[in-house]
Amino acid sequence: MVYALVLAGGIGRRMGDVNKPKQYMNIGDKPIIVHTIEKFCLYEEFEKVIVLCPKEWVEHTKSLIKKYIATSDNVVVIEGGSMRNETIMKGISFIENEGNLNDETIIVTHDAVRPFVTYRMIKENIEVTKEFGACNTVIPATDTIVCSVDQKTIAQIPDRAELYQGQTPQSFQALKLKELYESLDDDEKEVLTDACKIFILKGQEVRLVNGETFNIKITYPYDIAVAESLLRGIAQC
Amino acid sequence: MLNTVYRLTEPRKIEIEFSDVDLNNGTILVRPTHLSICNADQRYYQGKRSAEVLAKKLPMALIHEGIGTVVYSNDSELKVGQRVIMIPNAPVEEDEFIHENYLRSSRFRASGFDGFMQDCVALPKDRLVAVPEDIDPLVAAFSEIISVGYHAVNRFLQFSHDRRKTIGIWGDGNLAFLVALILRYRLPEAKIVVLGKNQYKLEYFSFVDETYLITDIPVTFQPDHAFECVGGEGSPVAINQIIDVIKPEATISILGVSENNVPINTRMILEKGLVVFGSSRSGRKDFLDTVRLFTEHPEVVDYFTSIVGQVVDVRNIEDMNQAFELDIKKAYGKTIMLWNV
Repeated sequence: MVYALVLAGGIGRRMGDVNKPKQYMNIGDKPIIVHTIEKFCLYEEFEKVIVLCPKEWVEHTKSLIKKYIATSDNVVVIEGGSMRNETIMKGISFIENEGNLNDETIIVTHDAVRPFVTYRMIKENIEVTKEFGACNTVIPATDTIVCSVDQKTIAQIPDRAELYQGQTPQSFQALKLKELYESLDDDEKEVLTDACKIFILKGQEVRLVNGETFNIKITYPYDIAVAESLLRGIAQC
Repeated sequence: MLNTVYRLTEPRKIEIEFSDVDLNNGTILVRPTHLSICNADQRYYQGKRSAEVLAKKLPMALIHEGIGTVVYSNDSELKVGQRVIMIPNAPVEEDEFIHENYLRSSRFRASGFDGFMQDCVALPKDRLVAVPEDIDPLVAAFSEIISVGYHAVNRFLQFSHDRRKTIGIWGDGNLAFLVALILRYRLPEAKIVVLGKNQYKLEYFSFVDETYLITDIPVTFQPDHAFECVGGEGSPVAINQIIDVIKPEATISILGVSENNVPINTRMILEKGLVVFGSSRSGRKDFLDTVRLFTEHPEVVDYFTSIVGQVVDVRNIEDMNQAFELDIKKAYGKTIMLWNV
């Protein structure tokens, strides 16, 4: 059984409008989060699309889904956690409460602020996770990455050919992720902000799925302008 | 829903743009799986259309031949998971006498608006035709051009007199192949003769009665009717050769597309009382007829398999360019893109 977890837990401090989380801002005529959820509604394979957002935004999110998405029967909105992994665990708890958490359960987790995810990325995430247990969507790094420990001088410059930029979706066998997360102590949970990192730390393989450069995370006001420009052909299709 | 569209912005340059598809207006969303490259796509890709045409039509997603899988539908007949042929013609009105593909108001994918090179394609129900899973998808991918041939043969049967003992088909490419094959099934008693420029291409036409090189046509050859499937710069030579050898009161079905006006021997058209008519594109009924041909004569699909040329796994824009470039260099057959972007 496959579930989608749309992670909308951020409060969007970096956007110009501090009162509105960035996933609720519009690109085109709809909020970003609606665009993202629609992508996951295209897969019949998803038992449910679980949207996890801040408590105070749950009802608003439900209203948006009702307003914009006609066939949203399998979309549920629940409260997320304060950290990314906590939010994912809340999603897994929801699945467990439905009685569907077992070795076959797969979760495809995705940032609500990445609305340009494609059909192929989601499909490959599901296929690769079914076979290998975990995967991360990535693109090859184009910038040279420098590493600094003291924040003043370069400690090392890793070989760019070995570097990738992480995107989402990230997908996992849900039960395995839960077990690995629960084996962490509080300090480790504090440090391991990325679910893939938990797998790697515990010696588990995480496969790569090719992302796209346009699968941008809308973080800064500048990104909204980029997203709007990507949509400029709106009338032609 | 934000949909990724792969548009040709200038010759040999494909770029990504996005459109917002409204899922609430009864539209059906199809994920393309197999897309077939047509010469018309190549004329845009290589910039062989006039500068005015390119300036007017680009950016535009190419490809008007393809199949896919329904991924979003509220329709009770075309359900999620159904394999479908996508119809590129988009009529906006109905006419009692004029076919949908000849209405000047109709739009056409990859000509007037975006073709099928998209993440998902939004189409109304009547622009989709279900195709059985057991039909080879590499053949189903170019159902559109087969339906064009089917349509042309229907018109030939409508316009021509009943003596159809010998039919000549000028051309040795994909279009000639499928027209000849459709005729083979529609008129099993007729003698079908294919006339081309390349002996190695003519050898693919194993199901016809005769093949001739155009430089070596027997003086006794006088077809009752003819099809011109040449197009391009070869059009005038082919059409005038047909006019020269064809019998009086014959029909000449013109199917080849030419960028330039074609000078033809109208004096002899008049003297022989010839009926010259054009056929272009196809409508929903022709697609339904094509699927029926596939299902009633499975062996015809096997014949069509022989014109599948290169099959290219397409995962990104580089692969798309590679598919178009390989198609340019191909000796024969259709280039199919396995759409895995």
